[in-house]
Amino acid sequence: MEMDQYLEVFIEESKEHLQACNENLLKLEKEPENIAIVNEIFRSAHTLKGMSATMGYEDLASLTHQMENVLDGIRNLKIKVTLSLLDVVFKSVDYLEEMIFSIAEGGDGKKDVTDVVLSLKNVESEYKTAAEETTGEQNNVDEPTASITNYDDFELTVIQQSKEQGFNCYEITIQLRDDCLLKAARVFMVFEVLEQVGEIIKSFPSVGQLEEEQFDSEFHVTVVSMETSENIEKQINKVSEINKVIVNDFYNDSNKTQVHEQIQAQAEVAPTLAPQQKQMNDKEENLSSKSTSKYVGNQKTIRVNIEKLDTLMNLFEELVIDRGRLEQLSHELKHSELNETVERMSRISGDLQNIILTMRMVPVETVFNRFPRMVRQLAKDLHKKINLQIIGAETELDRTVIDEIGDPLVHLLRNALDHGIETPEIRLQNGKTEEGTVILRAYHSGNHVFIEIEDDGAGISREKIIQKAVNKGLIEEKTVESLTDSQVFDFIFSSGFSTAEQISDVSGRGVGLDVVKNTIESLGGSITIHSEISRGSTFSIQLPLTLSIISVMLVTIQNEKYAIPLSSIIETAIIKKSEILYAHNQVVIDYRGKVVPLVNLKDIFEVPTITEDDEDVSILIVKKGEKSAGLIVDTFVGQQEIVLKSLGNYLTNVFAISGATILGDGQVALIIDCNALIK
Amino acid sequence: MSVQATVLKVIVFSLEDEEYAIPVSQVRSIEKLQHITRVPRTEPFVKGVINLRGVVTPIIDLRTRFGIDETEYLNSTRIIIVATDDVEVGLIVDSANDVMDIPVDSIEPPPEIVGSVEVEYLEGVAKLDKRLLILLNLEKVLTPDIRKGKE
Repeated sequence: MEMDQYLEVFIEESKEHLQACNENLLKLEKEPENIAIVNEIFRSAHTLKGMSATMGYEDLASLTHQMENVLDGIRNLKIKVTLSLLDVVFKSVDYLEEMIFSIAEGGDGKKDVTDVVLSLKNVESEYKTAAEETTGEQNNVDEPTASITNYDDFELTVIQQSKEQGFNCYEITIQLRDDCLLKAARVFMVFEVLEQVGEIIKSFPSVGQLEEEQFDSEFHVTVVSMETSENIEKQINKVSEINKVIVNDFYNDSNKTQVHEQIQAQAEVAPTLAPQQKQMNDKEENLSSKSTSKYVGNQKTIRVNIEKLDTLMNLFEELVIDRGRLEQLSHELKHSELNETVERMSRISGDLQNIILTMRMVPVETVFNRFPRMVRQLAKDLHKKINLQIIGAETELDRTVIDEIGDPLVHLLRNALDHGIETPEIRLQNGKTEEGTVILRAYHSGNHVFIEIEDDGAGISREKIIQKAVNKGLIEEKTVESLTDSQVFDFIFSSGFSTAEQISDVSGRGVGLDVVKNTIESLGGSITIHSEISRGSTFSIQLPLTLSIISVMLVTIQNEKYAIPLSSIIETAIIKKSEILYAHNQVVIDYRGKVVPLVNLKDIFEVPTITEDDEDVSILIVKKGEKSAGLIVDTFVGQQEIVLKSLGNYLTNVFAISGATILGDGQVALIIDCNALIK
Repeated sequence: MSVQATVLKVIVFSLEDEEYAIPVSQVRSIEKLQHITRVPRTEPFVKGVINLRGVVTPIIDLRTRFGIDETEYLNSTRIIIVATDDVEVGLIVDSANDVMDIPVDSIEPPPEIVGSVEVEYLEGVAKLDKRLLILLNLEKVLTPDIRKGKE
């Protein structure tokens, strides 16, 4: 079975549905009476079940199925939403997530789900006995003569419509002979017969299971056809090794659809019909969205390989360069119509550029939306009351940044919950509300995106950090007084630094904050802390909008142009040649009272000399951590935003060159890696 | 054996007075000479990088690579963009001449002459009418292990 092509879609969509489940479950927790939310969860679970059954992930399907049963109970007001019930459902969603991740990582998606299934069944059976007591309904699905009882909206619609068009709908029960050897083959033949006389709506067990002979001797099929029941019966009986055929008229009994969906529901379409299955699910979704107008927010998107976007960007840049030439030409020619056209083109390509740049952007929501769940669980584990507020989830960031930022944020949130927010008792003692507030905020500012994690907890103790830092030999006691708060707080980003008195499961092992800082810095960002004792702390992360565009200073060295990232430049200066000093064979300058070594880029890069040096020397002071150096260049061209490009796979590890960019005139300029120049 | 396997389609280019050939399948495009940005501290035969429709592409001067004296670039000078596995580079050649089908059975192994050390990048020699085509092994051309030859 060729399933690979659907696998990616399956994984992505499953993740989306699980996310929707999670979000809605959280909502449900707040408004347990809101059936509309249950409906939405049910829909997600239902689609998930259909998809996983189609893809052949039985464990996934069976767990979602159980979950669906419980949800159905809630929907029909037969089960009450309680905390323990939600916990079970949350747990099953966790399991589902694990399975999906295992599939995504190339696993088989198998997992022992019996414990959750069991607890789900318990919940369900509680209500079932209650239901049986009140209505006296007999649940006989487990008996072999059971017929298909679970039709979904879509199937019912199809049946309804075909009836309106004069088709008959039959439920056919076929019993094979006990000594039948090739059951699957017989099933196939029966299906072939049925497909000739009409259309198969549903089968029970599913076609997949029938193919694998996962049934005793009996199966059920629902068919719409123009033929009479006798005719169909006769046709089926022509297939050998069949014991008995019962053809019943199907009548739409609303009870039938509402009564418990038992065992392998909605497995009507075989894996071979995967595209149709998908279509059906889509239709189903459409139908339901019509019926409940609340179900919105399904933005239409397509998935595009990020490489294709990069190619698009490359080609577009070429276009921009040609545009520049065209502009110049039309300017020289002074042809008014040509001028107009070129101007128009310039405007359009400007818009196009914006669109292409924003195409790589993803709202931080994709990272944020898993936090409410996490915070809920953590708050429970820590016996704290937490109110998580998310602000600005729609803020957009480059996809590559988004992929990296998740873990650091998880870490900071855990810290805020564990160390920041106090226990309810202490909070009350300190005159605060019992419930701690954690605000996760994202916003744009200039060329940066800020993400802040703010808590109204205990704050960070300056004294504790200083004490610890002194103990660890990071600072001397004498200098303590002169340190600013932010300098002190920076110490907690040193590795092996934890002020937590008690090491807990959640955080406080002293590993991590340095990793957080490193990750953020590797993304070209920075992190700062603001904290007030007993008022709370704010961790503020500053991130570049995208990784592919950076600000540089363009310089010339003789006839060559180089780009130096602004992030590593402290300042530029022009000094007299006489100010250059020699210290032990090393050229240095006195820069604001500090001795800074000079690096002559012309020598380092072996640039061919064309003009001789003059009296004034242009230098760039660059930094790497605490160290700095002065780079000698010939002229400063200016600041510019450039698109970062790699030198390709052939030229790897070029000394002191981190990449290249294409300038406005179409030429390539190399980007200098200052870190390699400072020892 | 199918017909395709008996004929090799190649791009023919010249360096100095000799004609070389690379399989068409490895050639991406042929470009006119354009501004090359020098990349410092690389192998001498790496002339630098060019902007190939938005992609930064390294350029190798085949004359330097093969130890032929450098000459000034002329109007006929071309950059042949080739690709092997995951690398894409441009080769500077004197001129790109032809696209040809060479019968596979006319390809002979490179002649082994005493004293010629840098033959590892030669795939074979094909004789067609009066032309002699030298087939190149691109992978070997691109991997700079000429140090061996120098010693």
